[in-house]
Parts: sequence; structure tokens; C-alpha cells
Amino acid sequence: MNMQSLYLVVPLAPLFGAVVTGLFGKWIGRAWSHRITIALVAVSFFASLEIFADVQAGHMFNGAVYTWLTTGDTSFQIGFLIDRLTVLMMLVVTFVSLMVHIYTIGYMAEDPGYQRFFSYISLFTFSMLMLVMANNFMQLFFGWEAVGLVSYLLIGFWYDRPTAIYANLKAFLVNRVGDFGFLLGIALVLMVFGTLDYAAVFASAARHAADMAPIPGMSVGLLTAICILLFIGAMGKSAQFPLHVWLPDSMEGPTPISALIHAATMVTAGIFMVARMSPLFELSDTALSFVMIIGGITALFMGFLGMIQNDIKRVIAYSTLSQLGYMTVALGASAYPVAIFHLMTHAFFKALLFLAAGSVIIAMHHDQDMRNMGGLRKYMPVTWITSLIGSLALIGAPFFSGFYSKDSIIEVVELSNLPGAEFAYFAVLSGVFITAFYAFRMYFMVFHGEERFGKAHHGHDAAAHDEHHGLAPGQKPHESPWVVTLPLILLAIPSVLVGYITIQPLLFENYFRDSIYVSTEHPGMAGLFMQFHGPFEMVVHMFQELPFWLALSGFATAWFFYTKRPDIPEALQKRFHVIYTLLDNKYYFDRFNDWFFAGGARGASRILWVFGDIKLIDGVMVNGTAKLVGMTSRVFRHFQSGYIYHYAFSMIIGVFVLLTVRNWFA
Amino acid sequence: MFFELPVISVAIWLPIIFGILVLATGDDKNAPLARILAMVGAVLGFLVTIPLYTGFVRDTSDMQFVEMHAWISRFNIHYHLGVDGISVLFILLTSFFTPIVVLAGWKVIEKRVAQYMASFLIMSGIMIGVFSSLDAVLFYVFWEAMLIPMFLIIGVWGGANRVYAAVKFFLYTLLGSLLMLVALIYLYNKTGGSFEILDFHLVAIPMTAQILIFIAFFTAFAVKVPMFPVHTWLPDAHVEAPTGGSVILAAIMLKVGAYGFLRFSIPIVPDASHRLAGVMIALSLIAVVYIGLVALTQTDMKKLVAYSSISHMGFVTLGLFIFNEYGMEGALLQMISHGFVSGALFLCIGVLYDRMHSRNIADYGGVVKTMPVFAAFFMLFAMANVGLPGTSGFVGEFMVILGTVKSNFWYAFAAASTLIFGAAYTLWMYKRVIFGAVANAHVAELTDLTLREKVIFTVLAFTVLGMGLYPLPLSEILHVSVNDLLVHAARSKLP
Repeated sequence: MNMQSLYLVVPLAPLFGAVVTGLFGKWIGRAWSHRITIALVAVSFFASLEIFADVQAGHMFNGAVYTWLTTGDTSFQIGFLIDRLTVLMMLVVTFVSLMVHIYTIGYMAEDPGYQRFFSYISLFTFSMLMLVMANNFMQLFFGWEAVGLVSYLLIGFWYDRPTAIYANLKAFLVNRVGDFGFLLGIALVLMVFGTLDYAAVFASAARHAADMAPIPGMSVGLLTAICILLFIGAMGKSAQFPLHVWLPDSMEGPTPISALIHAATMVTAGIFMVARMSPLFELSDTALSFVMIIGGITALFMGFLGMIQNDIKRVIAYSTLSQLGYMTVALGASAYPVAIFHLMTHAFFKALLFLAAGSVIIAMHHDQDMRNMGGLRKYMPVTWITSLIGSLALIGAPFFSGFYSKDSIIEVVELSNLPGAEFAYFAVLSGVFITAFYAFRMYFMVFHGEERFGKAHHGHDAAAHDEHHGLAPGQKPHESPWVVTLPLILLAIPSVLVGYITIQPLLFENYFRDSIYVSTEHPGMAGLFMQFHGPFEMVVHMFQELPFWLALSGFATAWFFYTKRPDIPEALQKRFHVIYTLLDNKYYFDRFNDWFFAGGARGASRILWVFGDIKLIDGVMVNGTAKLVGMTSRVFRHFQSGYIYHYAFSMIIGVFVLLTVRNWFA
Repeated sequence: MFFELPVISVAIWLPIIFGILVLATGDDKNAPLARILAMVGAVLGFLVTIPLYTGFVRDTSDMQFVEMHAWISRFNIHYHLGVDGISVLFILLTSFFTPIVVLAGWKVIEKRVAQYMASFLIMSGIMIGVFSSLDAVLFYVFWEAMLIPMFLIIGVWGGANRVYAAVKFFLYTLLGSLLMLVALIYLYNKTGGSFEILDFHLVAIPMTAQILIFIAFFTAFAVKVPMFPVHTWLPDAHVEAPTGGSVILAAIMLKVGAYGFLRFSIPIVPDASHRLAGVMIALSLIAVVYIGLVALTQTDMKKLVAYSSISHMGFVTLGLFIFNEYGMEGALLQMISHGFVSGALFLCIGVLYDRMHSRNIADYGGVVKTMPVFAAFFMLFAMANVGLPGTSGFVGEFMVILGTVKSNFWYAFAAASTLIFGAAYTLWMYKRVIFGAVANAHVAELTDLTLREKVIFTVLAFTVLGMGLYPLPLSEILHVSVNDLLVHAARSKLP
């Protein structure tokens, strides 16, 4: 098979699986649904490996599959750009997707929507692959919206839960706010460059570096405007402040998709997009500063929220937000390879943490409240160990994958010379403590300490399967079946190793040379290269650096608070109840959005409808005209009385008037 | 051979003749015969239009399949038909929807079946006449004739308040057309006694007259589109019309207004069109934003989709009056897509209404539990209405936004708000109707789609996805005619 056909196989295999299980799931049954989709995603993964080897051998590809539309002299195409950045994303997406597909067999075993779920996650895999493989902005937008659609469908997978269908609508609309900016950015690109093809746009970007944006009434640099508009799209998809509000609520979806979509892949689309657009972003320091500051705010303030959550999935969700903030900061510091590196390590350890949380949730009979857990390590050893690995990777413990990527981000931000870099550096540095604290708070609350389960006052109720019900008194949690634990183990391996192995080739051997452009004016990457002496030396060096001690103290605090003195956090919560309330209400963003945007739109809608359409246009103009005609005719009707003497009288009056007029003018 | 047949005449008169035959079946005793005859007529009516696509020559902007016969020689009026890249797609859209509405009314319409079916067949022929007339008088005759079957469809088979809606519809659209007639007669004199639309395109007209003619055409076409602020007849007409009536109204009848702008206003009075483009753009953007907001809190599903239609048609008029290729082709593709999508959405509401006899959103909830297949189709069409890439709804919106940025960034900014509003009103409705717990006993007793309904929705689903994934075959047809129109529009016609 030639490579071009193989490129097609990668996205089309999962699409085929999605269509088959989606349309014929009822006939082929549950077992065949998962067999077909898993086999096809595996095909996609192995094809990606093959392509990876080919790309390593130096064979890139940039070409069209078919012409979607032509207008004037522009032609819009569906096409692939296969380079090192793409193929890395393809590997991450198909690998995590494969793990999640396998895991789903166990997690969704009792769900009536089994086939539908497999269809959706395969469809998601297709969409995400189309997104990362695109060679033009149009297809990027296509994939961008398609992953949004599947995310919408999956958050609302349990459609009879009011919270789920609220969350999926919210996710879609908030993402649409981002897409609004994204689409305008794409339109500006087309207007200025006359094409949406990446290669052509990037090639001529530098010529427009000094241009002003064609936006009446605003004097903004062209590339600044384009980059910020595109980044608004990324803020939606990658849940950056203030468009982050949808991600915590997206936890209403089943846990496998929280791992796949809302941690490992879809939410990183924005990061990938900015890295892909590096030739544009490099030309606008303003845009880069903006990116860095937004990332800093997200990294820091979303981390705080993770510290007080009690729902196991929500802790990980806020952690995801915060980690996405880290990646965004790296983008702002022009360290695109570092951002992609963290994207990759994060995909492994965060998918691992989510799937492990899912395993815990199965064991707890769908109780997600960590206050009802504790001491689970005895009952579920695989989940326990893999969770520990995931948590260590998340906090950046030495030799774990997260250590290499996160440490690189912190160092590179320190080197950045753009406005906002000091704040971003402060944010990512404080974030280290916060991350270590919430990660191990969760770990200790779930796996150590007193066994708090079995106290659920509402017993096991088979009828209300969807409800969170927990373990009945006397019930003990069990380790999950192998289809659940195998993906945990397979994800734990890269969570440990991938950083150590790949940091040198990815960051310092110019792996991304054909995909990512870094201007010489931005010293981050070059500086990082100067400081790097090998992955092992990095660990040695670490002991002299602040992040390590911050992480250690975060870990120690969590350990002390949640295994030794659980009364301290309670006391703190009472003592600082103002701060706690602020955090508990997520800085009141949701309330404000509900009141101002949702409520405001509904209010405006009613006012415009009642006063504009009903009263003014229909009431005054349309029916008013009709009434006027009616009234006039009612008056004139009296002249048509049918009596001869009325007519005679009016004739006389008429003659009299006419004569008067005639004489007057004569 | 086949092409020597007067294809357009056949496309116009075949459904009308079948309509008369269907009428001849008489009262409801013969309803089964009337249905079958109507279906045969509708399908044949669609098949005879296919040569218009397959035989269409893509590299010329000349009129094709032309037929020309003397009609009223005293006034130099001809029976003159022909199509170019702009009109041919609308003819296909019209003939495509006739079998669908006949099938949709198959079971539901039980009273005066023959008259109902005949109205749609005759309507179909008349609308094809509107899109293919090259003589202004012939156009005007078809234009006005179109009102009659629709008036009857709403007035006879409509809902409780049907008479108010039918009269409002009739008067609103009739009043607009009268000024157009005045303009046509002025142009007849100006050209020295020709009613040929293509002659109108060439005649020089001073600015004041151009503006007056533009206004006369505007009153006729804006009402049909409908543009803000002459849109209020549409929600009423939709709410009262039977499902088939709504489908034809949304899918085809709204298009004749925009078609009028393309065929008359822009090429005949290009200078006035440019001069007044700002007003047209403003009205279009008001339609997109204002109507998009108004749609949000509608409690009646049909009203909501009606407002959504107005908002989407705002994109069409916006695309036309920014005068570039993206805008104009986008507008045309948006019209085609809107035909499929709004037609499909009205059919979806029809499916629910047939079972529950309510269009009230509040009466629903949890429909997916009892009608999963329907919910899947409805989701697809809702997403197409939201303009999701991969569906037809995306193509036109995308192109118009791309074109509008070229004109003025802030216009595009306002227009792109539909990304948010469109999603909000469509998906909020979807959520309340389809998702959630089963709302009441009626919903619990719903039955999923019948085979007949599945066939209709499958056909529409294929068209919506097909056009979204591969719009090239449609846009290829448009190119040359659109370019020619833009050339025309750019050339001053001041004497």
C-alpha cells in the first residue's frame, strides 16, 4: 500500500467504525460493535506508526484529497499535511483513543447506549484526526467543529440527566463563542493572503508583518488581529480563561470521554493549532503576550479551584484546565515544541488519571465524592499504583514524564522577554505547589486514610442506575476487570518513560524543524538548549531549583492535611470562609454568565419580540394600516346610504365646491 | 432527441396538468387514486428536470434550454423561457421538494385530498415558471399566480387562526408586487417596447429613476425574502400552514424574493443597488442579529424555525449586496441549503405535530426515549441549521462571512454572531423537546418514524450531508453566471 492511501486509512478507519456501529449497532450487537471499532482504531494506530517511521525517514506530504469548492480563483480543498508535528499528534490521538475504546468495554458494560457510545468515540477519533492532519484552515475548522459536535453528544450522553443536557448545551455555546473569533480570524487570513492553504499563508506571512489590520476604527497590526482572533478559538476549545467555564461541567459525560476528549485530545486542539500557526504568531509579540497572560491566569486560578473540589472528576478537570494553562504559557513564550511536549506527556498521565478515577468510580458504584472514599489501595492495587504513577507524573516528580515537560515550561518562561512573562512565570511557579497539593490531596483522600465508604444512607437501588448511589453498608470495593486495568497499565508506562526518552529528540534535536518556526528574537528555545545537558543531568540540576521544593512542599502539605490531621483543612475552611466561598462558587463566573449572557439574551429576545415585532411592526404598521383602511371606509360608508336625497344633497355640495374652487383660481 | 423537447415547458406544465388530473378525481372517495396520481406527477415532474442539470453547459452565462414563442403580440409579450446557472438550481430544488411534500401529506391529510395534492403540483409548476421566465409579463403572471395555491393551502388546511394568516400573507405579498408592475411598465417604455428581462439589463437609466425602480422592486422582493421589517407575515403563515405548506413556503417561496434581487434589481439598476447597498446590508444584519435573538424565546416550534429562516435569509441578502464572488455564491448556496434544512426542520415538527397535535415546546421533553431514530435525524438537521461544517448549512454561511470580511470587518462581526445565536436557539429547542426525562404520558406513548417518514428523512439527510461534504458540483454550475452578474453589477448604467 502506498503512503497516500495509508494517510487516508488513518481517519477513515474510525469513521467507518462509527458509521457501522451508529447505523447498524442494533443488528450487530454489543460484542461486534466493540470488536469492529477497536479493530479499526487499532488499524488507525498502527497505520500512524507506519507513517511515523516514514516521516522519520524524511518523507513529508502536503497535498489535496479532493476539491471541496471553488470560488473565483480560490479553491477550498480537503487535504493532508503530514509532517513531524502532525504525526506526533496522530500517534497520541490514536493511542489514547485505542486505550479508551478498550476501557469502555468495562466501563460502559451495563449501559443501554453501548453501541451508540462506541460510535461516538470512533467518530470523535475521525474528527480529531481530520483536525490534526489538515493542510488548510477550512479543514481545520471542519475538524474543530466536528470534535465540538461529538463532545456535545458525549457530554449529553445520559440525556435524561438535567445536569448533563445543561452542560452539553453550555459547552457547545461557549465553544461557539470561541469559534466566532476563530472564523473571523480565518476570514481575515483569506482576505489578506487569498488562500487558506497553510504552506502558502506561512510562506507569505513575513511580507505582511508590518501591515495594519483592515478593521475600520481600530489600529491593530494585521497579524496581531489574526493571531488574537484565532487564539480566541483556542480559548474556547482549550478552555482558557474566561471561556473555561464549560470544561468542569463537561464532567457530566461518561468518564472514558472525559479522559479522551476533555483531557488528552480535544482540549489540546487549541494548543496544537497555535503551534501549527507558529509562523504567524512569531510575527506578533502582542499576540504572544496575550497568549501568555491568558495561559498564566488559567494555570494559576484554575489550580486554586482544584484544591477544594470533593468530586474526584472535578479535581482532575480543574487540573486539566491548569495544565492547559501551562501549555498556553509555553506557546506565549514561543516555546511551541515545549508546549507540544507537555501536551503529549499530559495526554498520557491525564488520560491515566481519568481512567483510574473511572475505575474508582466503578468500584464505588458511581459515587464520585472523595469524602466517601479512603483506604482503597487495599482493594484495588492496580488502580492504586497506576494512580500514584499518574499523580507523580502530574506534579513533576523526578524522572516522570511530567517533570521534563513542566520543568521545561518553567525554565523557558523565565527566559521570555515579552511583557507579561513575569506574571506568567509567577503563575507557573506557584502552580507547582498548587498542583502537588491538589493531586496528592486527591490521592490520599481516595487511596489512604480511613475507609469512609459503605456509609451511603441510600442503598443500592437498581432502578435508579444513573444516580450516584455509592456502596451500601458492608459492601467492599473491588478491583476492576482487566479491560479496565490493562489500559491503565499501558498508559502508566509512557507516563513514566516518555519524558525521559523523548525530551532530547523532541526539544533539542530540532525534531519540529519543518513544522514549527521560532523567530530568533524570542530567546526561549535557544536558552533552554544552552541549559540542557541531558535528561539525567536535568534531575540532578533540579535539586537546586525552586520548583522541586515547591512540589515537595505541596506533596508534604497534602500528606499532613489528609492523612495526619484532617481537622486542619476543616479549620482553614472555616477560618477563611470568604476565600472558600469564592472558590466554591468558581469565582462566580457561572452565576455571572447565567445572569448576564444567558439571562440578558433571553430578556433582549423577549423585549425585541414583544415591542419590535408584535407591538411596533404588527401592531402599528401592519394591523395599524389595516385599521386605518377600516376606519376610513367606515366614515365613507355613510355616504353610501342608498337614499336618493343624500346623494342629491352631496351632489349639490360637490357642485358648489367645484364652482368655488374654479372661481377662486380663475 | 431528448434535449429537443422543450424541457422547461414540460417541467412547468407536467405538474400543472397532473394537478388538474388529480383535481378531476373528485371528492375523498377517490383519495387513494388522487394520492397515487399526485405522486406519479410529482416524481415525473422531478425526473423531467434532471436533464436541466445533466445537459447544462457550465462555461457560458447565456440562457440555456431557451424557448421563445409569441404570446401577446400587441404588446410584444413573449412566452420566453430559459435558465442560467442562477436559476437552474432553484428549479431542481422546486421539483425535488414536490414529491417530498406529497409523501409528507400522504396520511396526514384526510380531507379534500385531491385539492390538497393538486395545489402542490400546480404550485410546483408555477414556481418553476417564476424561475425560468425571461419575459417580464410572463414572470409577473407566474409571480402573482403563485399566491393563489399557497393562499388556499394555508386557508383551507391550516390551523385555528388560518384565515388571519392567509389574508395577512396574501395582502402583504400582493401589495409589494403592485409597485413592481409599475416598474416593469416603466422599463417597457424605456426599452422602446420590450418586456424581455435581458433587454432590461442593457438599458441606460438615470439615477433618480434607478432608485425609484429599486424601491419598487424592493417592496416586491423584500416581502418575499422576507427582510426586516416586512417579515411579520412569515411566522404567522408558518404557524397556521399545514406541514407541506410550511415546507414549500420555507424551501422555495422565500427564494423567489432573493432570486428577484438577482434577476431584476442588481442587473437592471446596478448604480442604485450600489448606492443603497448600505441600507440592504443594514437590514440584512438586523435580520441576522435581531431575528436571531427573537427566535431564542419562541415557545412555538414552528415560530422558532420561521424566525430562524428569516435570520438565515438575512445571510442571503447580505451576501448579495456585498458584491463579491464569495458573497454571491455563498448567498446562492445558502438559499439551496436553507431549502433543504428548513424544509427538513418543518417536516420534523410535522412528525411531532401529527402525533401530539401540539407545536408547543413546553409540551415535549424526552422524545429521544420513545423516538430515537427521529431524534437522530432531527439532530442532524438541527446541526445543519446551526451551520456545522460537513452539513449544507455551513457552506453558504462560511462563504458569506468570508466575503463580508472583505467588505467591512464589522459587518462580518455582526453576521458571525449567528454562530452563537443560531446554536443557542436551535439547540436550546432541541434540548427541551428531545432530551431530558419523558415529560408526560403523551410523550411516553409516541411511536417512532414510519417507513414513509424514514424514506423522506433519509433522502434529505443524504442531500444535507452530500452538499456539506462536496458542494463543488453545485458551485460549478453557478460560477460563470455569477461572474457575469458581478460584471454587470459593476458596470454603470447611468446614461
